[in-house]
Amino acid sequence: MRHHLILRIVAKLLIPPILLFALYVQFHGDFGPGGGFQAGVIFGAGFILYALIFGVETAKKVAQPEIVRVMVAVGVLLYGAVGLVSLLLGGSYLDYSVLAHDPVRGQHLGIFIIELGVGITVAAVMITIFFTFASRGRS
Amino acid sequence: MISQHLPALQVVIPLLTAPVCLLFNNARVAWILSLVASSVALVIAALLLQQVLTVGILTYEIGGWAAPWGIEYRIDPVNAFVLLIVAAIGTVVMSFAPRSVASEIPEQQIALFYAAYLLCLAGLLGIAATGDAFNLFVFLEISSLSSYVLISLGRDRRALTAAFQYLIMGTIGATFILIGVGLLYMMTGTLNMADLAKRLPLVADTRTVAAALAFLTVGISLKLALFPLHLWLPNAYAFAPSVVTAFIAATGTKVAVYMLLRFLFTVFGATLSFEAVLLPTILLPLSLVAVFSASIVAIFQDNIKRMLAYSSVAQIGYMILGLSFVSVTGLTACILHLFNHALMKGGLFLALGCVVYQLGSADISKFAGLGRRMPWTFAAIVVGGLSLIGVPLTVGFISKWYLVLAALESGQWWVAVLVLIGSLLAVVYMWRIVEVAFFQPAPRQGSQRREAPLSLLLPTWVLIGANIFFGINTDLTVGVAQRAAVWLLGGAS
Repeated sequence: MRHHLILRIVAKLLIPPILLFALYVQFHGDFGPGGGFQAGVIFGAGFILYALIFGVETAKKVAQPEIVRVMVAVGVLLYGAVGLVSLLLGGSYLDYSVLAHDPVRGQHLGIFIIELGVGITVAAVMITIFFTFASRGRS
Repeated sequence: MISQHLPALQVVIPLLTAPVCLLFNNARVAWILSLVASSVALVIAALLLQQVLTVGILTYEIGGWAAPWGIEYRIDPVNAFVLLIVAAIGTVVMSFAPRSVASEIPEQQIALFYAAYLLCLAGLLGIAATGDAFNLFVFLEISSLSSYVLISLGRDRRALTAAFQYLIMGTIGATFILIGVGLLYMMTGTLNMADLAKRLPLVADTRTVAAALAFLTVGISLKLALFPLHLWLPNAYAFAPSVVTAFIAATGTKVAVYMLLRFLFTVFGATLSFEAVLLPTILLPLSLVAVFSASIVAIFQDNIKRMLAYSSVAQIGYMILGLSFVSVTGLTACILHLFNHALMKGGLFLALGCVVYQLGSADISKFAGLGRRMPWTFAAIVVGGLSLIGVPLTVGFISKWYLVLAALESGQWWVAVLVLIGSLLAVVYMWRIVEVAFFQPAPRQGSQRREAPLSLLLPTWVLIGANIFFGINTDLTVGVAQRAAVWLLGGAS
């Protein structure tokens, strides 16, 4: 891809807005359309675009497979931990209302953290799947 | 305080242990975590069953949202029993796992293997625990996706095609189930099973509900490998790693049979499922054809894992046969055989795991003379085989007994005769192993073959011993199965 000047420049221009948009979809998800899954896919797509243009090996330096693998687990654990915390605070599993003094704030906080967990796992899984397929037969 | 959360913890503990295995990424730690999570699940399942039998139905509202709006977990005698089966098999298989897994799966994949196993366990437990039709589909996907991964880890490269075949068939099945659930939602506006059961009779005469019943029955039949939708099963079982075969054979299809019971009897209700539609006239012949065709094919298999896989198809036929009588005795036979078959096949596949550990193959040509070299392993296979045939004092006899009773009760004595003939076919294919292993001389060069290590034999004999224990002491199994059957039929009327 060294000679595709246009592709490289456009990708460099596009990747930051893509990642920013992913964060917007993530954190604005409780007010507008969006949420963790969509945000995770968009965020992962940013990395995949980078890997397509600049090569998988370069992309692996940015998103190291070992770290991505940890992120896969961390997202799910974040989700599950919210459930366990609400259970310890006396609610039922995933009952966000007990997370704060005010049930409405609790609901807000709970869905916020859970969607973050979903976003992290989905982005990490997207990147892992792409890396796995793209590096087939090379190592 | 903790006891009220048991229905959720039953599923959540294995589900959250899986990512922890991924984090540690160490074979030994992952195994210990899996064993602990499975044992905890077993304890929880036992406590739940005990609570259900004393107190009655337990419900749990996930997130504190009241049913029918929120997702509700609902534990009754039927699924408490299924939870116990799945968790018990999971625990025994995990205690068997470390040596067998180390010999069959590459070192760097072992931690991932345990993570996938835990997800599969969580999915199967979730299917059983939930009272929400869509939540059931989600857990079905969790268990299916992880079982495709587990099967593809087999040493033989054909495991990949077997897993892919299962993936295609399983996805079609899951899609059918989703369409069925979607149609039900369209007609009633609810996904909660108890609520569906209340609302469905009002719209029972519509074609949409009939289509939903058809989609769900076909989709679940694919997952439980009812003849003629069983073609994915033999290869999947034959080429998967030994531990995976034992686990999935003993739990996967059982949970699918439970799904069928749940939808036909609880959601649709026996009247709607069986009187309005011609389901018994479809299921009864199909199950009998399954028994005969699969048993006959099993006789001609050279790979013993494949042979037992075909035998599983036949045994599933017996379960569906019991179901298709729509009587308390028939359902008792179905639920009993669900439990008993898990014990037999779990035990037999673990014994085969011992053979594969020592020989590296499950081909019958390698079995010559092994009966004397590996006496304990082959004694286990013989006892398991006797149970499969249905010899008195084993669990197989108990389930066949109730099946024959149910057939006679419904006045179809010829079905009872066919069940007995089907058992004779099991004698034929099990005898082949006995003949080769005990009556043929061992080849000279294979003389260094020894008995399998104790850490593999012990879990095998726990399951094989359970075959005899529950064959003599039938109070628990028959009692629970009967209560579950009465509950399923009573819940319908």
